[in-house]
Amino acid sequence: MSTENGVIYRISGPVVTATGIAPRMYEVVRVGNEGLMGEVIELHGEQSVIQVYEETSGIEPGEPVIRTGQTLSVQLGPGLLTQIYDGIQRPLPKLEETMGVFITRGVDADGLDLTKEWEFVPTVKVGDELSAGHVIGTVQETETIEHRVMVPPGKEGVVKTIESGSFNITQTVCKLEDGSEIAMMQEWPVRHPRPFVQKYAPDVPLMTGQRILDFLFPLAKGGTAGIPGPFGSGKTVTQQQLAKWSDAQIVVYIGCGERGNEMTEVLDEFPHLIDPNTNKPLMNRTVMIANTSNMPVAAREASVYTGVTIAEYFRDMGYNVALMADSTSRWAEAMREISSRLEEMPGEEGYPAYLSSRLAEFYERAGRVETLSGEDGSVSVIGAVSPPGGDISEPVSQGTLRIVKVFWGLDAGLARQRHFPAINWLSSYSLYPQALDQWYRDNIATDFPEVRTEISTLLQIEAELQEIVQLVGSDALPIDQQLTLEVARMIREFFLQQNAFHDVDTYSDLKLQYDMAKAILNFQEEGKKAIAGGAQLEDVVNVPARTDLMRGRFEEGYDGRIEGLVAEMSKQIAASMEEN
Amino acid sequence: MSGKEYRTITDVKGPLVFLNKTEPVSYNEIVQLRLSDGSIKNGQVLDTSDDQVIVQVFEGTASVDRQTGVKFLGDVFKLPVSKGLIGRILDGAGRPRDGGPEIVADDMADIIGAAINPYSRQSPESFIQTGISAIDACTSLVRGQKLPIFSASGLPHNDIALQIARQAKLVGSDDDFVVVFCAMGITAEEYNFFVHDLERTGALENAALFVNLADDPAVERLITPRLALTAAEYLAFEHDYHVLVIYTDMTNYCESLRQIGAAREEVPGRRGYPGYMYTDLAMLYERAGLVKGKKGSITQFPILTMPGDDITHPIPDLSGYITEGQIVISRELHQKGIYPPINVLPSLSRLMNAGIGPGKTREDHKSVSDQLYAAYAQGKELRGLVAIVGEDALNERDLQLLKFADIFEDKFLRQSRDEDRSIDEGTLDLAWNLLSNIDTKYLVRLDQKWIDKYHPGEKKGEEE
Repeated sequence: MSTENGVIYRISGPVVTATGIAPRMYEVVRVGNEGLMGEVIELHGEQSVIQVYEETSGIEPGEPVIRTGQTLSVQLGPGLLTQIYDGIQRPLPKLEETMGVFITRGVDADGLDLTKEWEFVPTVKVGDELSAGHVIGTVQETETIEHRVMVPPGKEGVVKTIESGSFNITQTVCKLEDGSEIAMMQEWPVRHPRPFVQKYAPDVPLMTGQRILDFLFPLAKGGTAGIPGPFGSGKTVTQQQLAKWSDAQIVVYIGCGERGNEMTEVLDEFPHLIDPNTNKPLMNRTVMIANTSNMPVAAREASVYTGVTIAEYFRDMGYNVALMADSTSRWAEAMREISSRLEEMPGEEGYPAYLSSRLAEFYERAGRVETLSGEDGSVSVIGAVSPPGGDISEPVSQGTLRIVKVFWGLDAGLARQRHFPAINWLSSYSLYPQALDQWYRDNIATDFPEVRTEISTLLQIEAELQEIVQLVGSDALPIDQQLTLEVARMIREFFLQQNAFHDVDTYSDLKLQYDMAKAILNFQEEGKKAIAGGAQLEDVVNVPARTDLMRGRFEEGYDGRIEGLVAEMSKQIAASMEEN
Repeated sequence: MSGKEYRTITDVKGPLVFLNKTEPVSYNEIVQLRLSDGSIKNGQVLDTSDDQVIVQVFEGTASVDRQTGVKFLGDVFKLPVSKGLIGRILDGAGRPRDGGPEIVADDMADIIGAAINPYSRQSPESFIQTGISAIDACTSLVRGQKLPIFSASGLPHNDIALQIARQAKLVGSDDDFVVVFCAMGITAEEYNFFVHDLERTGALENAALFVNLADDPAVERLITPRLALTAAEYLAFEHDYHVLVIYTDMTNYCESLRQIGAAREEVPGRRGYPGYMYTDLAMLYERAGLVKGKKGSITQFPILTMPGDDITHPIPDLSGYITEGQIVISRELHQKGIYPPINVLPSLSRLMNAGIGPGKTREDHKSVSDQLYAAYAQGKELRGLVAIVGEDALNERDLQLLKFADIFEDKFLRQSRDEDRSIDEGTLDLAWNLLSNIDTKYLVRLDQKWIDKYHPGEKKGEEE
């Protein structure tokens, strides 16, 4: 490791140029008298260009720059879960302890508590042959999550000694015959994907409890999704719903360049939320990264890599991990800001020419894989995009859409009508249904794919009919088409709309979603029959049992009652025919 | 460090001065320029290296020549802060403008401001009653929020801002707000309007004003809001005040930002605004909120005029991505003679749900607000349809909704400039009254229990 010293030559915002050192690309350096953390991002003759992760006001040319020999890395081991980090893995509670409520600079903090002792239970014995990724023991990290301590990538050999009992994460728990030692903590450079054996095709859905997502536009475990939408269309709420309710075992939530108060809401709320799958606090399975819009821009650039590296680490243990990045546009803007300080030749709209390749690299770190130890683990990546003016023809949206397989298009018009989640059912898509259909047939209902197709077809027909209604009014349509409009309205108001702030409605499991969809189709069928038998559309639509069925979704135990409610609705619709 | 004066200016370009110098100068350091006629200008270091320093001059570079003396003051820009700021009027660079004495500083505060640790923030959840129905019912404001007014030229955004400043209070609390007012490039006329109104209502004694007018240096506008927010932070977090920061007009601020970017020959982003405008705006807007362990709070009301009424223009667009909602002023309503012409449909308060409900406003608030939105949105949409097919094509439900849209604008939105409506009787009961024009069976967003309790026609009387 080299500790040669250089000096600052130039400062321009977060970009500092140094002379007198010859570092490697992406090496971490210490800048100025206060030792601010920075990363080398360009070498230019004698000069090294550094992006600095902290505010640079008051720094002078001539101050020292010191090499560390390391690239930007995160600490991985027990203690990650429930933690809240900034973009370069400094725990925010720790920063509050050392510098108060305002984030000042020049403070170092380890990502993990190096002194805390964990109960290590070995799963290998002396003489076992280990390769990289092999699990050597476990630690109960939180109530619900067992942390699997692995042989770090690049190490292998035969176990010479293996310990059991309380250790901190830097103490050796295992020695190999060749003399190398393994502790519970490992480090990994954030810009390099962690190794695995192979990628599988995703064939299990990631369940989120959000009807429009699970039912119409599903995401597979290990898949990628983009959520573009203008401000106020509910991106953040959707991301938070996914973080709360998705059936991943681990959730990594990156608040990248977003609002401080919003992050606080998440930080306040998560510890009180109960995971529907385990009945334990959701925080037990969550790692949060919060780099708000006014925190240093270079750390924002790094935050996405920090998050995905942590996600990959849990994947390597054999877990299904869901990673939310809110918002990737802020990340792209951080790249643009630094690129322009470097005076690089810009691509579209001032973004650097490497924008789309960076986006692709990031989303490529998702996937369902065979881990080094032969387990099955996955990282699903869901990225919010904030297109200027809601216009998705801009480079970040387009770069994202070229890569992701699921597009949840948020719509300002729907948000304005208070239709939430404001996901446009006509423009959104998912490329996963084909791969997942077998799973639905086996686990939910044999006709699941057909029911889904019927529902989405109805919505499509409605859109066409609405164009006519706009011109001539709905009374001018034949009665069967008017019924179709009512059915579509039921799909929208009863099924697609879901209240994230309602205790019951906020989550529907897939079976209930299927039952609700069937209830709508049942209404359509009974309605058609009744109208053919002479009933008035008004009477069919206004049967009290339908209102009960629709309002019932706000009450506990709906999944048990829905069948009875549907039967009652059918009965009343049939009766409406006899009245005439 | 100070004392040494350089006469090494090489280039002057727009508001920027380039000079060669000999000793190290730190980034963001404050600079003093002494012109040949003895007058003084101030500036700040934007870029520094061994060979060249770039200085942005707040007062503009008129009369600067190669003989001008440049002095580096060895410190970043700081504002003298004390409780004595309250009741004072300062100029855009923080000097007294009211003829009063210099501020006696209790402390010197760095105007760039540090980011609040997100972990140390406290969630805003105290409802602020503004007495304006459209805001209180539909885009409820909470303490610690930043809620901009998206307006356009010729609309009464100033009246609305003043009415809010006058009437804002916490229900059931005596805590008053201190107003920090920050003017960026507004006209003397607008400024007088603000000052007279604040004077008339006695609010001026409880306010600190930072004023950069249209004929003051444009570059100075870049520091004016930072001064105002630094003062606000000091009052809120050192002296437990609840501070309401009103700044107008953000559009002028962004223009100045673009001017500097252009002078530095930076690669422009959308419409010529610099690529870092999002981060720059965030550094202002994010200085709102509450922090753990401190009593005070900062609530922000930035006003911006949308060029060409275009909400997708980079200034409102980037603002909307940072602020917690927006209040949109509508030209259409204004032309109909409705004050305040707030278009509730695109308006939004992201923190509303945290600030309303039982114990805060009223249990039925959320339902009522959703119902108002839905009914008004549908009613407005029907107007378009009626223009094509006439009212005859509408069914009964649609007719009621169409009528409701008119009533809503006329009775609910419209109020006088000094009408201060309370949230329960003034606003929510009024909403129920108006909603009773629609058949109950069409009011699908309202829970039955609220209909039983509050609907004027369906009220089941007091139970017990």
